[in-house]
Amino acid sequence: MTESHTPPDSHAHPHPESRPAAPPLAGDRPLIEVHAHFHSAHGGRADWRAVNAARLRAGRRIGITCHVASVLGSWGHTSPVYFPSPPDVVQGNDAMLALQAEHGTEVRAYVVVNPNHPDHALGEIDRCVRLGAIGVKLLASRRADDPLLDAVAADAARRGLPVLHHIWQHRQRHWPSQDISDGADLARLAERHPSACFILAHIGGGGDYAHTFAAVRHVPNVYLDLSGSGVDRGMLDDALGAVGAARLLWGSDVTMETGLAKLLALEVIGLSSAELDLVRWGNARRIFPPGSFPALDHVAVATEDDA
Amino acid sequence: MTPHSPAGRLDVNAFIGSYPFRYVPHPDPEVLVRVCAREGIGESWVGHLPSAFHRDPEHGNRTLYAALAPHAAVLRPVPAIRPDWPGWEAQLREAVERGAPAVRAYPVQWGLGPDSPALVALGYAAAAAAMPIVLTVRFEDLRQRHMLDVAGDLPAATVRQLVRTSPARLVVTAAGRDFIEEVHWGLTTSEQRRVWWDISWIWGPPEDHLAHLVRTIGADRFVYGTMWPLRLTQAPAANLALLPDDLRDGTLGDPRM
Repeated sequence: MTESHTPPDSHAHPHPESRPAAPPLAGDRPLIEVHAHFHSAHGGRADWRAVNAARLRAGRRIGITCHVASVLGSWGHTSPVYFPSPPDVVQGNDAMLALQAEHGTEVRAYVVVNPNHPDHALGEIDRCVRLGAIGVKLLASRRADDPLLDAVAADAARRGLPVLHHIWQHRQRHWPSQDISDGADLARLAERHPSACFILAHIGGGGDYAHTFAAVRHVPNVYLDLSGSGVDRGMLDDALGAVGAARLLWGSDVTMETGLAKLLALEVIGLSSAELDLVRWGNARRIFPPGSFPALDHVAVATEDDA
Repeated sequence: MTPHSPAGRLDVNAFIGSYPFRYVPHPDPEVLVRVCAREGIGESWVGHLPSAFHRDPEHGNRTLYAALAPHAAVLRPVPAIRPDWPGWEAQLREAVERGAPAVRAYPVQWGLGPDSPALVALGYAAAAAAMPIVLTVRFEDLRQRHMLDVAGDLPAATVRQLVRTSPARLVVTAAGRDFIEEVHWGLTTSEQRRVWWDISWIWGPPEDHLAHLVRTIGADRFVYGTMWPLRLTQAPAANLALLPDDLRDGTLGDPRM
């Protein structure tokens, strides 16, 4: 590819796998990825190092300032992805924290918990936050509005940690492998915990996102993460119309090319520079604990004069 | 990865018209022409989206020809030819006369399975007319489909059988890695050379399915497809831009040759 979508980079990371002087594809403003995953030796994939390296390679090419990421237990190797056993939860979190330690400010960790084991979940949040985790990741191991999630939500609110919750948009019945959890379910949990901040996962990650927009429109503590493989035209416009730029967060999940495509699309659907900054990083800086992204500590959201 | 033509990319997978199961913003040729200019697309193969769901595609084909005529320099009509419908041969002849670069077929929407003699007949006729057949594996993610959208995805077996039983050249759109590998490695080498895959539904990093397929199957088997107006036109360009460095200078295939 020879096109350049962006002006020259002012903060790109030097990286041996990237061509020298390649400007970031998504421009030179900060960019926080709120829905990333890494793999570990415990997950049973022989190519786990390559997949992790590919995420970092693509992230540097896109211009991602920080991947906020999780390791989902053993990724199904020794317990199910969406119902990880407590030992697998711990091993996954340890792997994620090790990646955070290895990559500094480029990678930050969510602590994954399974709320079916409430004491373990609360203990794991406490342990991992002490080690630097900046958010909580829930996998639909239990329906999002189940009372078992209340203790986790309350603890996250008390600590000022956002909760990223896996969602299948407009889930009308139970399917194998994960509990039902859609936008309406998460909205009920969020309404019970108005001081907690919830990130509704991957509006492009499967299911009827239009239902989600209607379900969370009036729930101010639910933010929409734009990640997922789905790149339907109209999805971004409708998300923006439903909750506004101040409640959108950028992420990619397991398809970074669709994440990049959405960033490029946001630039042509009419967002102002200030709104783009909110989606790219401003909202993330606001909802994650202070100091989570040191590179952003002194960055100001763009004004229209910057456009 | 570069387009085959220096005049701009060829997009083999675009439509005009509305979609029956959800709202699609302004799916109009006037808008598509502007999108092509913005995205560096020099030629777009355009189908008529509602026709995929009509019993008789003839009316949709007429609408397509008329709508694209003012934009003939960029937008080229790809009419739907339903080979189990009386008079389909005349529709194919008209496509040739109007300079269509390819024709579209929707086997699952028409209830045509892998062993359909009608599809084989279309394969022979399209090959005789030197026109590729554009097939669509899916219009939407399976998990979001309307309760009345029960056709399902195009089976890989349909593609394999059509290549094996006819001399057709196929452009298969909206397929993922598993589908592509199942078909490609289930064909002989000469059969493989008659199939091109659009990249609109192939995952990029970190799984790097597109990179894997380019390494194992070859860049010349892949073509650029946006699936506009259903999907963001930025997606295939983003996928190519995120290929590993050693693959980014390759050249995509061209089903026109």
